[in-house]
Amino acid sequence: MEALLRILEDLHPEVDFETNKSLIDDKILDSFDIITLIAEISEEYDVKIPVDEIVPENFNSAEALYNLIQRLKDEE
Amino acid sequence: MLFTSYNFILFLLALFIIYYIIPQKYQWLLLLVASFFFYSCSGWDNVAYITVTITATYFTAVKIGQLHRQQELYLKENKGSLSKEEKKAYKDKVKSKQKKYLLLCLFFDLGVLAVVKYTNFAISNINSVSKIFNAGELSFLDIALPMGISFYTFQSVGYLVDVYRGKYAPEKNIGKFALFVSFFPQLIQGPISRFDDLGYQLYSGHSFDFRNVSFGIQRILWGFFKKLVIADRILPAVKTITQNPDTYQGIYVLIGMVFYAIQLYADFTGGIDITIGIAEVLGIKLKENFERPFFSKSTAEYWRRWHISMGTWFRDYVFYPVSVSNAMLKISKFSREKFGENTGKRVPVYLSTIIVWFATGIWHGASWNFIVWGLLNCLVIIVSQELEPFYVWFHNRFNVRDKFMFKLFQVGRTFLLMSAIRILDCYRNVRVTFRMYGSMVTKWNIGELFNGALLKLGIDKADYFVLLFGIIIMIVISLAQRNGSIREKLSARPDVIRYAAYVGLFISIIVFGAYGVGYDRNQFIYNQF
Repeated sequence: MEALLRILEDLHPEVDFETNKSLIDDKILDSFDIITLIAEISEEYDVKIPVDEIVPENFNSAEALYNLIQRLKDEE
Repeated sequence: MLFTSYNFILFLLALFIIYYIIPQKYQWLLLLVASFFFYSCSGWDNVAYITVTITATYFTAVKIGQLHRQQELYLKENKGSLSKEEKKAYKDKVKSKQKKYLLLCLFFDLGVLAVVKYTNFAISNINSVSKIFNAGELSFLDIALPMGISFYTFQSVGYLVDVYRGKYAPEKNIGKFALFVSFFPQLIQGPISRFDDLGYQLYSGHSFDFRNVSFGIQRILWGFFKKLVIADRILPAVKTITQNPDTYQGIYVLIGMVFYAIQLYADFTGGIDITIGIAEVLGIKLKENFERPFFSKSTAEYWRRWHISMGTWFRDYVFYPVSVSNAMLKISKFSREKFGENTGKRVPVYLSTIIVWFATGIWHGASWNFIVWGLLNCLVIIVSQELEPFYVWFHNRFNVRDKFMFKLFQVGRTFLLMSAIRILDCYRNVRVTFRMYGSMVTKWNIGELFNGALLKLGIDKADYFVLLFGIIIMIVISLAQRNGSIREKLSARPDVIRYAAYVGLFISIIVFGAYGVGYDRNQFIYNQF
């Protein structure tokens, strides 16, 4: 989780990712951020986020994103 | 049958009456018949094209859905006996089969679009090259672009990809699916709807609701106002300026840009108002396609607020798949290793952005004007992204982010920048457009604004007054919309005020609409895309 928070904070240092639960709904993360995130997650966790998982529910909070990574790792 | 024709009004009236008389379970069938009737008015060959796309997409989606169900069943039946690796291998096998069906149908649907829309553009480019080598020329194909093909093809492709991704099950009834693709109000200029937004609304029955009908009619009237009072009235001036580039240069180019911005906004949003209004009368809620785009403070924001359904379509079905493809992840890894973390991570994002904007440009039309238009938009977005550290420094240093005047500057800058790029729609070719950009710097003729020359652009003093009146109303309404729906607010006012507003709007369209003796009703601009 720490590594994910570090990646997110690099993108938007001004946002508190531990508490914010509406990163997509509040338009904090845009499509550029999402693509950068996916590439960084692929490097850091060696997991590929498929395109059908790019839905607001998976990116609205650091926790949701972390759960997605764990789920995808489990499925591998 | 144009939205602004008398026949269309009669068609709508008849449809609305029959729609609420017949049993609700047949309403979708009536809409299907009405949609095909509407479409057949533009020619039976168009009906053939849309039928082919509907059929191919329907059967492919059903097949992909069957594979989804087979997989679910197999995994359920063998829950205890399969290892994790066996499950994954089975899923991969099914996915690969589904992918083959998907690609085949995408190739077909997009192939039809490509052949009818881009063949002559390709031939014209081949001829230009062969001319250099004194080779023979290919003759152009005699194909008319089927009405709305860019919109219904994209809507079908979106549906098919969503079924493939397992977002929802495919529609079993081919008639119902045909209605989703051909629903007449949105057939010719969008919005590009998603099946999970629109499908069930089309198929479920709707009882007569006075509020829906009243709000829908108000929205239709507002659309007619924008189209007939503003867009069609300013059109002659835009044509005069952009079709005579040798005469109208310098300050006229700027006037052309601003006038075309007003025309296109009133035309396209007016058309969408009519579309959404018709659907509302039928009890169907379509998604908004605009969110006051001319109040945007940056290009990226503008594109989140203009033609939203197209932007989100390209994001979901082109930008994301391209960006997370294996090839792009490899490029990402390679560029990080070669150029360092900071530059490397931007390479795949920008590469995907260029691909999307190239596609967006060529989707709008088969010409270099639209390709350059797309790439210029892309350039502005990428440059803004690269300048982000400068913006941060600037705002920290001067602290003007929340100042009204600075916001106004940002809005004005975005409006002018977008207007400058958009004018590529109008000039004959890219070279002429860039020559006109140049003339804004080299030709100083600002005096023309004050010597009566503006009255010789094809619109007279009375036209300017009507336009001024229309534009002021449009701006006031846009400003007021920031605090909620105008129709909601109006419905809470006393009857006298409410009906005075409706009647005023109706009379304005009749009195100030751009028609009369010899008036040639103009097609909506986005019909051509």
